[in-house]
Amino acid sequence: MRNPNLKRLRRTMMFLNCQKPGLIKDPYIYKPDSIMLDLEDAVAENQKDSARYSLYHALKEIDYRGVERVVRINGLETPHWQEDVRVCVAGGADVIRISKTETAEDVHRVEAAVEAAEKEFEVPVGHTLLMAALESAKGVRNAYEICNSSERLFGIALSGGDYSKDLQTVITGTGVEFAGARQSMIIAARAAGKQCFDTVFTNLDDMEGFAKEVLMIKQMGFDGKSIINPRQIETVHRIFTPSEKEIIFAEKVVREIEEKRAKGIGVFTVDGKMIDIAFYDGSKRILSLAKAAGVYEGEL
Amino acid sequence: MDIKKSAIAGTLESSDAQVTVEPGNGKIDFSLDSTVIHQFGNQIRAAVLETLKRLGVSNVKITVVDRGALDCTLKARVECAVFRANDQTDNLPWGGAIK
Amino acid sequence: MKNQVGREIPDELLKQYGKKVFSGSFARSEDTYQKAGPCVHNYIDPTRSKMVSSIHEALVKCKIHDGMVLSFHHHFRDGDKIVNMVMEEVAKMGIKDITICASSLGSAHDPVAELIEEGVVTGIQTSGVRGKIGEAISHGKLKNPAIIRSHGGRVRAIEEGDVHIDIAFIGAPTSDEYGNARGVGGKSDCGVLSYAMVDAKYADRVVVVTDCMVPFPNYPASISMTDVDYVCKVDCIGDPNKIVSNAVRMTKDVRELNMAHYCTQLIAESPYFKDGFSFQTGAGGASLAVNTMLRPIMEEKNIHMSFAIGGITKPICDLLEAGLVRNIVDAQDFDLGSIESLKNDANHYEISTSAYANPMNKGAFVNRLDFVILGALEVDVNFNVNVVTGSNGVLRGAPGGHPDTAAGSKCSIIVAPLIRGRIPTVCDQVVTVVTPGEDVDIVVTDYGIAINPKRQDLIEAYKNSHLPFCTIEELRDKAYAIVGTPEQVQFKDKVVGILEARDGSILDVVREVKPFEFKD
Repeated sequence: MRNPNLKRLRRTMMFLNCQKPGLIKDPYIYKPDSIMLDLEDAVAENQKDSARYSLYHALKEIDYRGVERVVRINGLETPHWQEDVRVCVAGGADVIRISKTETAEDVHRVEAAVEAAEKEFEVPVGHTLLMAALESAKGVRNAYEICNSSERLFGIALSGGDYSKDLQTVITGTGVEFAGARQSMIIAARAAGKQCFDTVFTNLDDMEGFAKEVLMIKQMGFDGKSIINPRQIETVHRIFTPSEKEIIFAEKVVREIEEKRAKGIGVFTVDGKMIDIAFYDGSKRILSLAKAAGVYEGEL
Repeated sequence: MDIKKSAIAGTLESSDAQVTVEPGNGKIDFSLDSTVIHQFGNQIRAAVLETLKRLGVSNVKITVVDRGALDCTLKARVECAVFRANDQTDNLPWGGAIK
Repeated sequence: MKNQVGREIPDELLKQYGKKVFSGSFARSEDTYQKAGPCVHNYIDPTRSKMVSSIHEALVKCKIHDGMVLSFHHHFRDGDKIVNMVMEEVAKMGIKDITICASSLGSAHDPVAELIEEGVVTGIQTSGVRGKIGEAISHGKLKNPAIIRSHGGRVRAIEEGDVHIDIAFIGAPTSDEYGNARGVGGKSDCGVLSYAMVDAKYADRVVVVTDCMVPFPNYPASISMTDVDYVCKVDCIGDPNKIVSNAVRMTKDVRELNMAHYCTQLIAESPYFKDGFSFQTGAGGASLAVNTMLRPIMEEKNIHMSFAIGGITKPICDLLEAGLVRNIVDAQDFDLGSIESLKNDANHYEISTSAYANPMNKGAFVNRLDFVILGALEVDVNFNVNVVTGSNGVLRGAPGGHPDTAAGSKCSIIVAPLIRGRIPTVCDQVVTVVTPGEDVDIVVTDYGIAINPKRQDLIEAYKNSHLPFCTIEELRDKAYAIVGTPEQVQFKDKVVGILEARDGSILDVVREVKPFEFKD
């Protein structure tokens, strides 16, 4: 049975340290689309156990008001990830984010553990979705195979910090070091019919630079971006939400295509732009994105 | 469960609680220092005792230094301290004794 | 006897102080009164000098004795040295049973807590009870219950004769040798001397204390030589870095910015937002951000403020400079920028605290206010606000101008996060009522906005708004759903503080704290 959450709106995925109780009380107040509770890099090696208890109770007892709960588990080369999977599934996490994914086999290993845990904790099999973080050249090379590795896997995300080190370069601020990864990943994701997410922007004081990067990845086709601070949410949502102009145009296109189709006309102009049937899906997509973002209440 | 050695979990940061467990003297010896003791002292004690009961701990000296932690954090810190005192870090009873 | 906000006021207290219980913000509208007055020592002889060489000499000349009432202002805020300087000398001279009548007291005055323990100070009348003084009072160390008043209430109490000041000590950044004192021109400027003006007019003796003598006449004077008995030069009246800050910083916190945004929208969508409107904000957090957020809306709609009032900070002075605000009336300065504006801008005026907020004069500025944005430690489901007692039952805040502006303004807006740590801001019953619910119109939190049901006109005005409105009970429920249902702080029986309403009636009492005991 296909999990209905595979294609949900995921413009923003906000990182949250599980070990900081002050922050996980009510993160939904900032209205991100997803929250990423971290068991991996944000948690010290000797506190991995402690973070699991915090995670379990946070998942079970805090009201997230519909915000998706993603948990980043420790890498497959660590001794922690199996217990991480158990606590995620037992707690009812919506998504497990696999760090340092390099091959489809990595996904299969996690999927097997997830299925076993779903059976152990009486969670409907298939409930827990997966996403893969690509943090190395090998991972980016295998993006297409990783996307196709599992029905549960809805998308891939670029993890820029580790990736740039793997390429033996640094984060430059120009984006040139990520150009290859971003292009490969969006191509792989779309070819496999999956979603694609961009890496974090760490300079909180450079809101202008942040907005530029968000606009660029949107134009490249990305579905959303990881963020590290509530301050970044407004910018991403604004840029990823269709403007009133775009919505009005999309509505016109959809109506005209449907009307003209009945009359047997294949190509025509809307507001001076040449339109044919190929524009239909894109316009419909804009309207459903607008609807999910809460700015469109029409019936189209 | 028994408390075989001392263990500590949590921090003194705002909204957190630091829980220390030590081998007991035959009963539950509970002490609390909390920034919100007037409003939630009784509720904090109830949450801690209920967690110990669920874990099957009846013999422990437990000290809680609370900085306004919610029940979910209190429970997490107590469970962590108790399991650490037993050197158990995986195959934990999620959904069972941990609830 | 129970008062109008449901608080039980002990009858003995009412009898002892000759007070009534609070019966509504405007219960005294038909009252009249004879103003009190000082006993004046004249200076008909032009050869007499007012200069004294030390605080000690000033006290001797003012015939200090046990049981006197000494007054101080708090324009030097956390940088004040005057109170400690005077009280240290008073203690050294073996004087006891002093009542301090200050416009406010803070953590700079922690040494007074020791004097309370020693019986040198047996009475405190103030707005602020921060730091060790608040703790000492809450632990029952002060012989007589402290009387806590708003800024406007203090002026009323002095003018009506509820309190008679024996000696007023007025710290001044500059003074000439005849006592003309100003808040600017010295080594540690504070801008205005508003709080001290009533003291100068009603105290039997007035001593100006300065660290910067200037040539006569020091005009225009905030405090006039015609009211001053003695002038005392000391080395240092206060720490300039703590008197005013360099710049009040704009918040970056997303929750505070969201709440500020809600406030801005509430103002902009209200029926009072038109050319000539007036506005008071606080000095930090969400309320300060509103100044900046309102600006583009005012520019777009060509709406100007007829006056801004407060508690002045640079952002409001910027609006004055830009011509969006026509006048600033200043009762206190918080940063260097506002002091500069006071000195240089002809439309930036110093006003007395009486003109600012006295409820019983012939009409103060708060009566002409459209909007005020205030904070709160707690708000209950009847919209009563507490800004004085902390979550552990200990005194730690100050009413300030809160009750005054809430009562006078057309639309009072409380801004506070719904939860602080584990303490819910919106609750069933506040620990201490400082501003009565009937004067509180809107409560803005990060979880939603509640309008006081008494303001059906506002509810109607916002009916097409997209702001997240809900009831105050819903806000309380949201808070309790996250943190749990809090129990009430328990107190001993002894009354250690009296919350006086603006009009002198008793709004609430504060009792001695009791250590927590588990229910067994």
